Amino acid sequence: MNLKPEFTRLLDWIPQGARVLDLGCGSAELLAYLMKHKSVQGVGLEMDPVSIIASIANGVDVIQSDLNDINLVAMFGERAFDVVLTTQTLQSMQRPDYLIDSMLRVGQRAIVTFPNFGYWRNRLQLMSAGKMPVSDSLPYQWYDTPNTHLCTFADFEHFCQERNIYILEQRVLGNAWGAEWLPNLLGEVALYHIEKGIGSR
Amino acid sequence: MTTVALSKPTTSCSVGVVKPETLVIHYPLTLTCGAVLPSYQLVYETYGRLNDQASNAVLICHALSGDHHAAGYHHEDDKTPGWWDHYIGPGKAIDTNVFFVVGVNNIGSCRGSTGPASINPATQQAYGPNFPMVTCADWVVTQAKLADHLGIDQWAAVVGGSLGGMQVQQWAIDFPMRLKHAVIIASAPRLSAQNIAFNEVARQAIMTDPEFHGGHFLANNTIPKQGLMLARMLGHLTYLSDDLMGQKFGRELRSGHVKYSYDVEFQVESYLRYQGEKFATKSNFDANSYLLMTKALDYFDPAHEHDDDLVGAYTPIQAQALVIAFTTDWRFSPERSMEMVKALRQAGKRVVYAEVESTHGHDAFLLPNTYYEQVFAAYMKRVAVEAEL
Repeated sequence: MNLKPEFTRLLDWIPQGARVLDLGCGSAELLAYLMKHKSVQGVGLEMDPVSIIASIANGVDVIQSDLNDINLVAMFGERAFDVVLTTQTLQSMQRPDYLIDSMLRVGQRAIVTFPNFGYWRNRLQLMSAGKMPVSDSLPYQWYDTPNTHLCTFADFEHFCQERNIYILEQRVLGNAWGAEWLPNLLGEVALYHIEKGIGSR
Repeated sequence: MTTVALSKPTTSCSVGVVKPETLVIHYPLTLTCGAVLPSYQLVYETYGRLNDQASNAVLICHALSGDHHAAGYHHEDDKTPGWWDHYIGPGKAIDTNVFFVVGVNNIGSCRGSTGPASINPATQQAYGPNFPMVTCADWVVTQAKLADHLGIDQWAAVVGGSLGGMQVQQWAIDFPMRLKHAVIIASAPRLSAQNIAFNEVARQAIMTDPEFHGGHFLANNTIPKQGLMLARMLGHLTYLSDDLMGQKFGRELRSGHVKYSYDVEFQVESYLRYQGEKFATKSNFDANSYLLMTKALDYFDPAHEHDDDLVGAYTPIQAQALVIAFTTDWRFSPERSMEMVKALRQAGKRVVYAEVESTHGHDAFLLPNTYYEQVFAAYMKRVAVEAEL
């Protein structure tokens, strides 16, 4: 099975045999891979019917639910998972802050990936053409985008600092040389491995 | 093992003509209520072929007015297939090319298995209203006897909708090692007060019919037609959604204008009366059975013995589960299915959940629906793959 580059970059954040919850799991390719190669106990949440059928076919336990409505803590209980992840979903949530908060309650650790609005090409489009950026990682027009809460790496890191969320590691995806040094400018997609900071509620 | 397809399937996706069989169990059965049936019989049908390892068996549990005839036809000219023919057959969600499917009529019902119209050996007269109360737990015990008879130690899956879904839960709790998968459709972990109230109105409609004769209507050569009709009208309307009734009938009048009378004026009245009458006169459904079935629904409550903790009730379960609910089903709403999903997860069980968009209310679990069919089929494929079928 060929995993998306984004998925291969986060594999080592998921321990062997971990209990993993994937929020917005799509066709559950990542969970199916993790179940097969890392013996994880995986659960996916998804809303799209086509993706749900694919998830079932991939042998993954998928629960159809709307991430904007579901109360994860009531559903699974505190600390029910070792890792809770959400890939390319955060930016389309009504309240990303609520989601991250509940992710860190039902899971020991969380993995979050999202498109970087501060990527240089996005900045360039906005600055030179004066238009909302459209790219591979942001393939929508302003009027039909589900991405209502876009942010930059800097925004996300500021958010984590404010909420006492500890960033274990940050990685970037991007073709540009130097993305590791200037992530907020040269990174197209962000991957964050986070946990609750010491002394946080 | 017996396969009862008598002729070639009439169409590529039908199990064809099938013949019910009867198993008589000459062994007393002590029911949950304490009463003892000295012996009893079960009428059942099978579709497909049981493999050598007996690892491909699927049990279908029926709902309130259902029976063993889940798929196929009873004779060449039969126009009405079994009640779940949309989902059972060659190439269908429950694929009879892969699975050996068993449909069984529950005791207390009136389609051939021992029930109120059967002769009580102690009195040599029909049980009538003296047939003891039966529960999902009792049914599951009798279904296990049938499994023993058929040589099935473990079902690949036990499947049911509504009251059938309650039997599936009961199976998973009472015989954890005897099923690999539990498919629970349009069901609930127990009835709500409102649900019990609906059942009580239906029962009162039957029991207050002068033709009911305290349940001895057969001895009086009559049936409580009016009561059955009212019970069915009430039941039927709770199985439909407000949206669907609006779509189907709206406020449409039969004659185009109001007549200021109590005759049938609105189309919806006409429809409900037709459904009620059809059930009361054509279905031959025994009024005592109707009462018993509604009571079995009311009594189902596995959490009760665990201080109302459903997680505790589900703890013994070994099976993986598929739970399906329908958006407009207000009698067994998606929220009730979510209660099951949540408790199964918290009890550490594997569960898949799908919420199917449908305008058909509770009835949706019986009707064709592409997404429902695909979810069901994908899951049953997984059942087959795991059982190496």
